[in-house]
Amino acid sequence: MSLEVAMVKISIEGKYYEAKPEKNLLETCLSLGIDIPHFCFHPALGSVGACRLCAVKKFRDKDDAKGRIVMSCMEPVTEGLIISIDDPEVKAFRSSVIESLMTNHPHDCPVCDEGGECHLQDMTVMTGHIYRRFDFPKRTYYNQELGPFISHDMNRCIQCYRCVRFYGDYAGGKDLNVFASRNHVYFGRHEDGPLENEFSGNLVEVCPTGVFTDKTLKKHFTRKWDLSNAPSVCVHCSIGCNTIASERYGYLRRIMSRYNGAVNGYFICDRGRFGYEFVNDEKRIKTVLIHSKNEIVPEPVNYEQLLSCLDQSLSRNKNIIGIGSPRASLESNFALMTLVGKENFCHGISKKEYLLTNTITEFLQHTGIRTPSLKQIEKADAILVLGEDLTNTAPMISLALRQAVRNLPNEEAKGKGIQLWNDAPVRELAQDSKSPLFIATPFGDSLDEIAEDTFRASYRDIASLGFAVALKLDKKASELKSDKKDIEKLAGKIAFSLKNAKNPLIISGVSSNDESIVNAALNIATALSSIGSKAMLSLVLPECNSLGLAFFPGKSFEDAFHLIENKEIDTLIVLENDLFRRAEKESVNNLFKKSRQIVVLDHLPNKTAQAADVLLPAATFAESEGTFVNNEGRAQRFYKAIDSKSQVKESWRWLGDFIKIRYGNKEVLWNRLDDIVESMANELPVFSKLKEYKPGADFRMLSTKIPRQTMRFSGRTAMNANISVAEPKLSQDPDSPLAFSMEGQQEMPPSSLVPFYWMPGWNSVQAMYDYVDEPGGSMKGGDPGIRLIESTEGIENTYFGQGSQNNAAEKDEWQIIPLNQIFGSDELSSVSSSVLQKTHEPFVLINQKDADIISINDGDYVQLEILKVKLRVKVKIDSSIIQGLAGLSVNLPGMPFFNIPDTGKFHKL
Amino acid sequence: MERPLTKYITPGSIAYNLEDYKKVGGYAGLKKAMKNMTPAEVTSLVKGSNLLGRGGAGFPTGVKWSLVPMNGDDSKPKYLICNADEMEPGTFKDRYLLEGNPHQLIEGMIISAYAIRAEKAYIFLRWAYKKAEAGLRTAINEAYKAGYLGKNILGSGFNLELHVHSSAGRYICGEETALLNSLEGKRALPRTKPPFPAVSGLFGRPTVVNNVETLSWISHIVENGADWFKGLSLTGTGGTKLYGVSGKVKNPGIWELPLGITMRELLEEHAGGMATGHKFRGALPGGASTDFLIEEHLDVKMDFTTVAAAGSRLGTGTMIVLDDKTCPVAFVHNVERFFALESCGWCTPCREGLPWVEKMLASIEEGTGKMEYLDLLKFNAKYMGPGNTFCAHAPGAAEPLQSGLKYFYDDFVEHITGKKCPWK
Repeated sequence: MSLEVAMVKISIEGKYYEAKPEKNLLETCLSLGIDIPHFCFHPALGSVGACRLCAVKKFRDKDDAKGRIVMSCMEPVTEGLIISIDDPEVKAFRSSVIESLMTNHPHDCPVCDEGGECHLQDMTVMTGHIYRRFDFPKRTYYNQELGPFISHDMNRCIQCYRCVRFYGDYAGGKDLNVFASRNHVYFGRHEDGPLENEFSGNLVEVCPTGVFTDKTLKKHFTRKWDLSNAPSVCVHCSIGCNTIASERYGYLRRIMSRYNGAVNGYFICDRGRFGYEFVNDEKRIKTVLIHSKNEIVPEPVNYEQLLSCLDQSLSRNKNIIGIGSPRASLESNFALMTLVGKENFCHGISKKEYLLTNTITEFLQHTGIRTPSLKQIEKADAILVLGEDLTNTAPMISLALRQAVRNLPNEEAKGKGIQLWNDAPVRELAQDSKSPLFIATPFGDSLDEIAEDTFRASYRDIASLGFAVALKLDKKASELKSDKKDIEKLAGKIAFSLKNAKNPLIISGVSSNDESIVNAALNIATALSSIGSKAMLSLVLPECNSLGLAFFPGKSFEDAFHLIENKEIDTLIVLENDLFRRAEKESVNNLFKKSRQIVVLDHLPNKTAQAADVLLPAATFAESEGTFVNNEGRAQRFYKAIDSKSQVKESWRWLGDFIKIRYGNKEVLWNRLDDIVESMANELPVFSKLKEYKPGADFRMLSTKIPRQTMRFSGRTAMNANISVAEPKLSQDPDSPLAFSMEGQQEMPPSSLVPFYWMPGWNSVQAMYDYVDEPGGSMKGGDPGIRLIESTEGIENTYFGQGSQNNAAEKDEWQIIPLNQIFGSDELSSVSSSVLQKTHEPFVLINQKDADIISINDGDYVQLEILKVKLRVKVKIDSSIIQGLAGLSVNLPGMPFFNIPDTGKFHKL
Repeated sequence: MERPLTKYITPGSIAYNLEDYKKVGGYAGLKKAMKNMTPAEVTSLVKGSNLLGRGGAGFPTGVKWSLVPMNGDDSKPKYLICNADEMEPGTFKDRYLLEGNPHQLIEGMIISAYAIRAEKAYIFLRWAYKKAEAGLRTAINEAYKAGYLGKNILGSGFNLELHVHSSAGRYICGEETALLNSLEGKRALPRTKPPFPAVSGLFGRPTVVNNVETLSWISHIVENGADWFKGLSLTGTGGTKLYGVSGKVKNPGIWELPLGITMRELLEEHAGGMATGHKFRGALPGGASTDFLIEEHLDVKMDFTTVAAAGSRLGTGTMIVLDDKTCPVAFVHNVERFFALESCGWCTPCREGLPWVEKMLASIEEGTGKMEYLDLLKFNAKYMGPGNTFCAHAPGAAEPLQSGLKYFYDDFVEHITGKKCPWK
């Protein structure tokens, strides 16, 4: 909690209000629920005073009848401030601003993709401008091709500069800028080409008109008011950004950012926004498929046929092994565990990941060290990134770090009386001054440009650096010697920065697959905590429910192999998991061979699904309700946007059916999500807090459910008239208080149940102002989610040793390390056609000098021999990776599983 | 009559080199300041002289300097910048000083930098001033060689680096904060104030931006004192002023005259009156971004306050005369076209208002204008007024428009009703 700041009293239209002096007048009015039209101000971007729309009248004192026009976004809130928003002169001025913007804005609302959720439309209505007086031709622009995500229509631009301020200033993008001047300013790239920044999709929400729109939505265009929406949670990494998933005609049509003041704020990354297309993929498994021994292709069956097929194999005396998944919900994993029993439940992740995740989970649950939310990461004032490639494994953390490094210069600005909302002067004063950020990773990244120091080294040396930092902080910490010279000095500098920071932050993760790096990160956090520092530790995990799965008892995937070594498995149930991404092909095939029957629940026909005897269509996040736990330990509920008309069902529901088959109706009786959550909370103490996850399915507002559809939803009786002219029965959702309907309570729902933003006067996403306590603050009623790990009193500090060692490279060998890609390395989003267009073919990243040694050029193909497997792969040369290391793009479509880091050799093709 | 600034300038001949400049007393002011005065004393002297900024706004120079933090962290640089981006239409006074006596400016800059303890200084020069650029570079080299620039100037321990930066050529770069952005290599957008440059200027550090004519005064004030300076003007303001006249007059040119002479004196005595066969209809007294004054204002004293009281601004003090053989609509259109082209595109009223105004004026001039344009022009002039825009560009552009409509309304109407320009 921030300290209480003395409030000041201001007068608006003769009424007195209490206001916070560190806010500007526009923010203050928006917090008070008083609308002032505006464009260029954005809560995350601050004020720049460009659009002049937020003009109000300011009066010198009570006797001043004339007043003068000021911009509310540039006006500090001071004691005794007297303003009027309704003053006729200033009202006319605001209307003039719209009139003059409209001199060049096309009148194409009926065909514009922004129509119906357009900030400019809202502002035009709000200011009251109606008739045009400008009778000259409008200026026109060339529209650029900006790649698979974003459509560009510059004629609609009203030059608010929000796009370049977000893209460049906030997100660090380099390839979108403003060109030319006067009424010919142009916002685009220097030439056509895909936008490079990983957060480009936010332009869709930041742009107040239809210049930047969602290309994936545009393909099957539908209006905001015709969408059926649900609060959802992103499934494409471990950060758990909140999203709004929207449906029309049974298809997921788009993902938008859903505000959560503690997690993602206003933004999400492009993988999160555009990865959704896998839900609509034509290869989706939509029916139950049974692969009988005599058939080549699996055949669709009905529910009764399925039951008769499974009746035998699920009986109590059969030996069933269940493999859970870090991308399946808590509820689905719990249902599987309940079905097969704790002793037969395995975490479906690789051996190394299991080991590292377990270490992390134990550590977080027992040391009381803070795991920060993204919002808290933004407040860090000294940061060490150890071994994690954030841009590719947790993009939103890298975005948060870009804000965190501003904390030090922000203090200087405050010292000079410049308020932090006054964006341009704050940045001007800061120049290149930044809070200390140290990045120790094997290869370069776009974040390097904001780092005080980067340390490019092998995993071993990165770990050594981490151990050395811990040792500088606490003499009792363990040591890991290294030959690298500069480690001592750098460790001293890092330790000094962390020690002197108010909010020091260590970031690491498991994507390196390296125990010593993770141990080093944990040791630094322990050492900081031992000297009384309130250190924060953010550990990036691979998938959306990795931490949730880690909270379950269960064996490792390797143990599953051991389990079967001596005996046959009657039934192997694989939950939403492609095991070929978790272990070598041979081991997985061996497991399958020993299983009499393989039951797979999944969305898409991956290799594991193809091996199934019984394949069950599992609902994706968009068709189900469930809970994920993000890397911070925050449990977050997602709700279904699509009511699937096919056989697609939530995995937990399928598994619930099987439990009834196996144990009979009396043993376990789950009718809906709340039942299974209660069971889980009773069974596993770590989830006990989930009982508090309110509201449950019975929640009603004024006796009605919360509608997923807007009041203007059209076509309910007509949209399926080509199939049946009878009005279809409304879809039911027993698992949540949300209804597949436009009828019901349209007022403010509880914060975790907001399906869309819409308020009187605000059709655009800016309607969000009414859902938060203040712009950039928390959702009214609290930010959604429940933290399952809360800081406890620290117990005695123990330090980790190095852990298992990687094989050392011999002569002519390279250390092959895993390299993840934001586009392609995540299983589900890699299926999305827009993401696919941004996905590289598998490659190996090496240093120029190493390339010279093996005489290979950038773009050549090479044979990489690793763990006895020979792989033909493209070479990418990068000056940042050190000699002797080779980064192999893991998890990309077409890449087999490799248990790396390990050593490998190159052979010329 | 004293002409301290232009005494040693002879049009057509090359500027004094260092040696010649020293022979007529050059760098004596610098020596006096460095040897006998503290920075605070220099600032207080300039403050006491009431030297008002000659760039157009007339802000007291000493007051500007005194806003610079002097006891802060001296490890961080402070900057002095000479605004020599003279692009105001009809204005050529700084050019006269830059080409005519570069050492006078350099000397003034060294003293000024000393006063605010700035160790880096820039001359931000209009790109087209090639002759001035060459002269300045030569003079700066001489000054470095003589020890007036560089390390430990005249043994005082004070260091100063002076650079010439040739602008890329935009009118808005003459706005002092857009100048700072431009000098940093950024888009030439004006900055919001506060913070003022004295607090956070070039590269976020304390900075003073002064005009060429202003800085050229400093050595003279140091040498001769504040009272001498005050005594030079006819009104209380202090100093002489470089006045210019362009348009259809007998003898267009530039003169250094006591501040506060009347428009009539300037026009009739120095510019020689209207050219044969031309009658005076009005004038923009201080460059294109000032309001028209007409015959009834000819006895207005050309100083900051009196011109303002008459409804215009002294601006740069260089007058553009409108005669009866020139179409006032075409005149205003030409001016507005310039401002529309030079808008930076940052704030809405300027970016959208000026092109609209320009289009309507062009249409009226071509004989296709509508009567309702007259109201729309007035509306836009008010819409682009002070306070409504981010910087002074559009309000400046509104001045000749609103006063042109006021004084030459009948001419506008005649264009519209006659469907042609009567001057064509």
